[in-house]
Amino acid sequence: MSASFSSPIPASPIYGLMAEFDSAQELVDAAFKTHQAGYQKIDAYSPFPVEGLAEAIGFHKNRVALVVLIGGLLGLMSAYALQYWVAVITYPVNVGGRPLQSWPSFIIVTFELTILFGGLSAVFGMLALNGLPMPYHPVFNVPEFKKATENKFFLVVFSSDPKYDPAGTYAFLQGLSPRMVAEVPS
Amino acid sequence: MATNVQIPVEDRRAPVIAPGHTFTTVTDKISNIVLKRPISIAWILGFLIVFSGMNMLAMALGYLFFKGVGIWGINIPIGWGFAIVNFVWWIGIGHAGTLISAILALLRQSWRNSINRFAEAMTLFAVACAGTFPLAHMGRPWLFYWLFPYPNTMNYWPNFRSPLVWDVFAVSTYFTISLVFWFTGLIPDLATLRDRAQHPWVQKIYGLLAMGWRGSARHWHRYETAYLLLAGLSTPLVLSVHTVVSFDFAVGIVPGWHTTIFPPYFVAGAIYSGFAMVLCLAIPIRAIYGLQDFITERHLETSAKVMLGTGLIVAYGYGMEAFMGWYSGNQFDSFLMWNRLHGPYRFWYGALLACNIFIPQILWFKKFRVSTVWLWLISFVVLVGMWLERFIIVVVSLTRDFVNSSWGMYYPTKWDWMTFGGTIGLFLTAMWLFCRILPMISIFELRQLLPEAHTHEPAEVKR
Repeated sequence: MSASFSSPIPASPIYGLMAEFDSAQELVDAAFKTHQAGYQKIDAYSPFPVEGLAEAIGFHKNRVALVVLIGGLLGLMSAYALQYWVAVITYPVNVGGRPLQSWPSFIIVTFELTILFGGLSAVFGMLALNGLPMPYHPVFNVPEFKKATENKFFLVVFSSDPKYDPAGTYAFLQGLSPRMVAEVPS
Repeated sequence: MATNVQIPVEDRRAPVIAPGHTFTTVTDKISNIVLKRPISIAWILGFLIVFSGMNMLAMALGYLFFKGVGIWGINIPIGWGFAIVNFVWWIGIGHAGTLISAILALLRQSWRNSINRFAEAMTLFAVACAGTFPLAHMGRPWLFYWLFPYPNTMNYWPNFRSPLVWDVFAVSTYFTISLVFWFTGLIPDLATLRDRAQHPWVQKIYGLLAMGWRGSARHWHRYETAYLLLAGLSTPLVLSVHTVVSFDFAVGIVPGWHTTIFPPYFVAGAIYSGFAMVLCLAIPIRAIYGLQDFITERHLETSAKVMLGTGLIVAYGYGMEAFMGWYSGNQFDSFLMWNRLHGPYRFWYGALLACNIFIPQILWFKKFRVSTVWLWLISFVVLVGMWLERFIIVVVSLTRDFVNSSWGMYYPTKWDWMTFGGTIGLFLTAMWLFCRILPMISIFELRQLLPEAHTHEPAEVKR
């Protein structure tokens, strides 16, 4: 495996080319330039959320908020429907002639289940949209990538990008003055 | 208009992170506690002590399940006793964790980032301790699932007009959301541990928990949205939980319980005791693990101020209870106030006023807010005071209500004390293990606080 890293020209199917940077600012600048140069299928990796990095690779909107809204509304409606069905239809208890549909008492459980469904949608929706859990991913094949969760910053151009060409992209990434450029075996 | 005058502002407060740290030193310092630090004799001895406390809980509960709730001091009229006192106390302690993680996140208080992880862990363990009590108090805890609405052959459904059913939903939602909130915050740090661990099994375990997190910019983008929304959802949740717990009392007609001030007064008391527990844990932990660079004087002082503020709200609550006892003209309410001050539990009420109102007033002086010894002692006093508050609310109201013929006295038995002490053992055992198994300070959030983490927009942005 180590032999293939030294060569800029791939010998086997590869996942992409990875460039390593020292600082968050260098990564944002490099990601922006790469995106400006017309590369679409790129990704950037950092040990903490870097402001402006997602925008620099052309990722502006995520659908997590929509998932949470749907989850929260589902929780709200199912909680009220459950209570209505129990208290009015299937198990009516007459307490001194008071109305069966006693909505003020139902607010609390409705509220709690709205929060519960909304919160679980936020977590599981985020994980699902991120494609996690994913035990194997090609980027982990690069030994230097271990530092992506500590103090180094990485940019990857995927080989599936239409503009990708092994030698040209390698030269382009070298032009961004990274610490190193490595091939990512798939 | 033309010139942008910068007025220099001197910040005399201690910094959130001590100067001189980098991404690497922050990561090393926190992850090494988990991965590299050897296990000392002191740690093992301490663990044995707290673990035997947890075993005391197992014994107390085992005997309780064998004999029934008759081994406790509860009777009629005092059917609630220690079980509910301790339940409310533990749930309240949990509140500081959610307040720090959710409300302070929404308010963008950067000092929260050093203490949110272990405060959230504290929440989880406190809610677990709290949950033990209503379950044990049921008498037949193996039928606890009857509390939940599920189709059954008895053709029975819970009564959604009952505050006790609201409580089930509030507490179980609170525990679930606190758990996922805590775990979501842990994912990036678990990936850090995965990448730094040497032992293959340790790598595999953290790797499984990190679920393949790789810090992609798209992932961070969704992660931050999800985290912000969770904080937004948890904020009303934390305020609602103790509100619902207070409904268990306020919806009843017992004197001293049937008041509208209960929800805000309970929530303030919860945050008060929660911050006291945060300080009681943070002060020894930062000394033992040398975390003074991350949990600075600033954190201690700010927490002390929150404690002082919420303590004053609690004091207002006591004052309002006394005022309403007089102003309502209701003989039972005025008798309750008389009974608190002069009745059989007057010593405990006096201790409550001392612990919760008078002693914490010394936090007005900076000298005491920045002295770790004083702050620890005051926090401990507040924890005792808040426990006494729950005791007074539950026991004094129930011992002497409307009709003299139904008056009684409540004396906790050794099993009551063993169960309470046992939950403290369970709580400390969990904290003991947590400190060595998971990063107790959020590493990635501390990296984000460092000056080199700040970026500006790329030079050639075209808009």
